[in-house]
Amino acid sequence: MPDGIAMKAQASSGPDGARVSLERAGDALVVGLAGTWQLRAHLPGTTAVEAALDAPPPPTGVRYDATAIGGWDSSVLTFLQGVEDACDERSIPVDRGGLPSGVRRLVDLARAVPEREGARVAESKVPFLARAGALGYRAWDGAVSEVRFLGEATLAFGRFLRGSASYRRSDLRLLIQQAGADALGIVSIVAILFGLILAFVGAVQLERFGAAIYVADLVAVGMVRDMAAFMTAIVVAGRSGAAYAAQLGTMKVTEEIDALRTTGISPMEFLVVPRIAALVLMMPLLTIYADFMGILGGFIVGTGLLEITPTAYIQQTTASLNMTHFIPGVIKGTVYGLLVAVAGCKQGMEAGSSASAVGDAATRAVVNGVIAIIVACGIAQVISWVFGI
Amino acid sequence: MIDPVPAAERPSAQICVRDLTMAYGDFVVMRDLGFGVNRGDVFVIMGGSGCGKSTLMRHLLGMVEPARGEIFYDGVSFTRAPLEDREAFLRRFGVLFQGGALWSSMTLSENIALSLEEYTELDSSEIRAVASLKLALVGLRGFEDYYPAEISGGMRKRAGLARAMALDPEILFIDEPSAGLDPISSHLLDELIIELKESLGTTFVVVTHELPSIFAIATNSIFLDTNTRTATAVGNPAELRDHSEDPAVRTFLRRGE
Repeated sequence: MPDGIAMKAQASSGPDGARVSLERAGDALVVGLAGTWQLRAHLPGTTAVEAALDAPPPPTGVRYDATAIGGWDSSVLTFLQGVEDACDERSIPVDRGGLPSGVRRLVDLARAVPEREGARVAESKVPFLARAGALGYRAWDGAVSEVRFLGEATLAFGRFLRGSASYRRSDLRLLIQQAGADALGIVSIVAILFGLILAFVGAVQLERFGAAIYVADLVAVGMVRDMAAFMTAIVVAGRSGAAYAAQLGTMKVTEEIDALRTTGISPMEFLVVPRIAALVLMMPLLTIYADFMGILGGFIVGTGLLEITPTAYIQQTTASLNMTHFIPGVIKGTVYGLLVAVAGCKQGMEAGSSASAVGDAATRAVVNGVIAIIVACGIAQVISWVFGI
Repeated sequence: MIDPVPAAERPSAQICVRDLTMAYGDFVVMRDLGFGVNRGDVFVIMGGSGCGKSTLMRHLLGMVEPARGEIFYDGVSFTRAPLEDREAFLRRFGVLFQGGALWSSMTLSENIALSLEEYTELDSSEIRAVASLKLALVGLRGFEDYYPAEISGGMRKRAGLARAMALDPEILFIDEPSAGLDPISSHLLDELIIELKESLGTTFVVVTHELPSIFAIATNSIFLDTNTRTATAVGNPAELRDHSEDPAVRTFLRRGE
């Protein structure tokens, strides 16, 4: 485009909305601002301005003409910030003389400090290999921190057993109450219902062979060997595991854990070990309780719907059970309790320092706890199959 | 003794920091810090927001390991001390965290009692008496059985100070004493610090950027500069304000004027 010919472009939003006109005056580009500038309306973009800046020959300077401007608020500043960024990129000097004095002062203020290099997060696309590598590193770091946590917890637990760990007995009592007695209600409901379900599922099949009495065996063995421990552990993961992660995570946010460390008290001994101990002590008891509740559920279906006499049901149940069913069930319950407590405490201790980080920690505690329970349950099945227990 | 530094080269100050470089991974927060804090000093770590003041305090407390350099307490290297010996150092420190960081499941009296139970032979009634005394010293008489959630932010901070003083520490670390306090509470806390320094001879290390507080309490200070990522001044803040050769230090201490 030959020099001297005026170039005109307009961008507007509405009849009295913000309007921008671009005009060449000799070598300079004049950006005209008119109309009422309000944040509620749309902002004129800077594309037209950038096009005008790039049009050959490039302007040697930019001026503003705001004689026709009506009201304005920070929308005009936002637009000017964009214009000046575009000019800076092209090293074109800007003369702010034509702006109303209020706008000029604010633009001066906004542009007084240059943008900090590298402070903006670049949205670059990370190549697949780099992402896979980063994932690998993270997994490795995760494994290392897992091992370190387990190691520290084990050492602290050793001191707990020798009686040299520092913790408050009243804390331990409260934790035992929360993990044990307070869970009885929900464990009762879940175990009774699970006993009912097992009985119904079994009855449908067994009645066809006239073997309804074996519902008692099915429920008793099923609950005592596996399901009581399993269901109780899931409930406890949702109750205590999440609670532990949230408690420790919050203590981390409020620097309470740092305060313990600087007092010379190991948070492992003071916070983690009592929680693990409480669950490891309570899970076997909850499991045994759930055994009885599950059998009660089966009893209700057996005597109420399948017309088995109460005496026959009880006799059949006691005949079907022995210690090889009972002991593995209780051991499994204890192991699940340990897994849930470790998952909850680890997530809590490693939580970040914000409200959402505590929420994430509680979520991860439950998810990891449940996954650990299922994996352990699978391993236990294989072990009992191999050894024929 | 664990300290391999020969006696002649041992620093004489109570706290001595040599060539300390603090970094998170590759990101250097501050480099080449060196200063000494004498017994009975109120040493203020000052600087703009986010310059690494609290990070320096966390280094002094051993909560973060230095990237380079060494920290000595009474001439004994803290940095090179094995982790199991760190506890002996920590027992001589008291720390007041920014929000007080009181253990929320315990009453104020139990908060103070914990370290007494841990490290002294006192029986429970004696411990309770000591805890009540510490609370009285910070103006919280009669608040023994309150939980941290039941008292105001300023009171929580004072209770945190009472807990930090539980074992009569030689050095008290305070992170942002004025943060979140109204001017009067903040002034009262400053007076308390001066009182404790003069009566108990405690050394204070205080992280703050509150000028009135700095001039009221500090006997010595270090200025951490965000731009150069190192300490640009060490000395009495009032003298630095009037005589420092570094314009950034003067500007900071004159509130930008």
